Amino acid sequence: MPEAIHLDDYRRVVPPQTIDLLRRLAGRVRGRSLLHVNSTRVGGGVAEMLSRYVPLFEELGVPVRWDVISGAEEFFRVTKSLHNALQGQEQAFTAEMLAAYLETNRENAARLHLDSDVVIIHDPQPAALIVFTRRPASAGTGREGGRWIWRCHIDASRPQRRAWAFLRQFVTRYDGAIFSLPEFAQQLPIPQYLIHPSIDPLSEKNRDLTAEEVAAALDRLGVPRDKPILLQVSRFDRFKDPIGVINAYRLVKKHDDCRLVLAGGPADDDPEGAQVLAEVMAAAQGDADIHILVLPPAAHYEVNALQRAASIIVQKSTREGFGLTVAEGMWKGKPVIGGHAGGITEQIIEGVTGYTVTSVEGCAYRVRYLLHNPALASQMGHHGREYVRERFLITRDLAEHLALMVTLLHA
Amino acid sequence: MSSEGAVQPFEFVACLELREMLGRVAWDERELLAGIEDAPADSLYYHTRSYFLRSRYLSAPYPNDFATWAAIQVRDRVLGERLAVVDPFDFGDVELLRADLISVIDAHLGSRGTVPRVDAGEPFHFMRSTLIDVPATARATTLEEFRDGLARVDGSAIYYHFYEPARRRPEADPLRWLDALGRHDVADRVRALHPSMSSLDGMRAELLAICDQALGVHGA
Repeated sequence: MPEAIHLDDYRRVVPPQTIDLLRRLAGRVRGRSLLHVNSTRVGGGVAEMLSRYVPLFEELGVPVRWDVISGAEEFFRVTKSLHNALQGQEQAFTAEMLAAYLETNRENAARLHLDSDVVIIHDPQPAALIVFTRRPASAGTGREGGRWIWRCHIDASRPQRRAWAFLRQFVTRYDGAIFSLPEFAQQLPIPQYLIHPSIDPLSEKNRDLTAEEVAAALDRLGVPRDKPILLQVSRFDRFKDPIGVINAYRLVKKHDDCRLVLAGGPADDDPEGAQVLAEVMAAAQGDADIHILVLPPAAHYEVNALQRAASIIVQKSTREGFGLTVAEGMWKGKPVIGGHAGGITEQIIEGVTGYTVTSVEGCAYRVRYLLHNPALASQMGHHGREYVRERFLITRDLAEHLALMVTLLHA
Repeated sequence: MSSEGAVQPFEFVACLELREMLGRVAWDERELLAGIEDAPADSLYYHTRSYFLRSRYLSAPYPNDFATWAAIQVRDRVLGERLAVVDPFDFGDVELLRADLISVIDAHLGSRGTVPRVDAGEPFHFMRSTLIDVPATARATTLEEFRDGLARVDGSAIYYHFYEPARRRPEADPLRWLDALGRHDVADRVRALHPSMSSLDGMRAELLAICDQALGVHGA
């Protein structure tokens, strides 16, 4: 069981004023309650993020609860379709599916205590709770009801219009929405706040590791450290373009010796993921310098070690939400080559912390350039770490959520 | 003449921004112009002055979002450069800043046969921000304490006191406090600084140098 992490532990990685500022900011909303509602307590980025936020909010004197909606299999089938449709995939919805979605939200609204001063509802699954909730008076705003915010974690920049129209009728009832990137914003009559997601520098995935720990982890994973390692960590998903990464590696390999590691989670529950993984395995066959690692969801330590062992981090996505693996790689002091997609362009400063690319050839060229210019790669890694320290750590994320609470409760 | 100790203490204030998307985008320079015409004042502050709050470690090519977008996304370096020299700190009233930005873009478009637009780049997203002030622990009743406060406060406090005259609390004006303290010499030298030419750390260094010189600190 890892030791609990406290706010003051972050003084090791952020300027001391940052923690002082967080405490004083929290003083402006001390005692005002906060509720997060999402659809799962384990698995996925939102649950991972909330598991780290909640104790820190508590420590800041903000009473916080985290509730999870429950539903039958049919409900989650519908919400998976809704999720995919909002990300732009064509999906079919029947009246029965939409009725099942609404009924489950109604049941959860009756079961949950949604009476906090600020309620943050994450993603589409519980978005309709607001329809079935009589918003009780908030303790201090002088206005009826707590303040409700819908937090959208997905890339909804090009949603299937029917799915968005269905969801929009609920979203417009909120006091505001949070999106991760400006391009995800919609035409809405409510304020749309921009809060980038973040990484936790003290988590198992990002904490410092010794050289011995890194070496031992790579030995266990069967990845030799005898030549430069190119690493992409991501689901086996077409939008992450793992085949494109292999093709880029092959172009590099004609001139420069290196290894390629593609590490991702299992694809048991995702038929398309299993197919992509099979294609990746086939593409890598016969090359002992390509390592396809299917890691369990909790393999944070192994991912950390791989990122620290890598010479270059690749995230060659063609479509991306925010792509926090970029910030993770930069935090480990590595140059990152990323696809020109989603939040990757927000994290990579061209030529300073890495490069964005739009083709296999562009990726191969940048890999070769960095392999031949290790001093530049090292300098980029340094810039990347400092840039992440300023913009993409959990302390900044907490501060912005507190600022949102201040704004909502004192407006 | 100094009247140190006789005035209200100067309370340092840090700040942060809550960013809000306005849902308006520009794909070409005419849309940028129209957006600037309609944007709320907070949006103009966000895209110009508060660049300095957001760019503490690495800076963008130009110190305002309009210039950087024109140069990088539209690849119209001429407009980028023309917008870059518009100094938001020259304008006491945001409407004068708006008028200047509009006239620069309008004149530029008037000299072109076509309206430059984004081809492979990203559109301009109009944003605004709410500035949340947070009391810092530092306070000063003397110039020495003021200097010590400057040295240890978060960079956002430098921004709040020296870059945001329109959105800060009136009592957070360091020039007024220095004048009340009787240190008109220091206030005048601070007044002569050019915030748009410095990062927050650079500004802090310049302020400390002024204080050290006024205090007769050896080596200043």
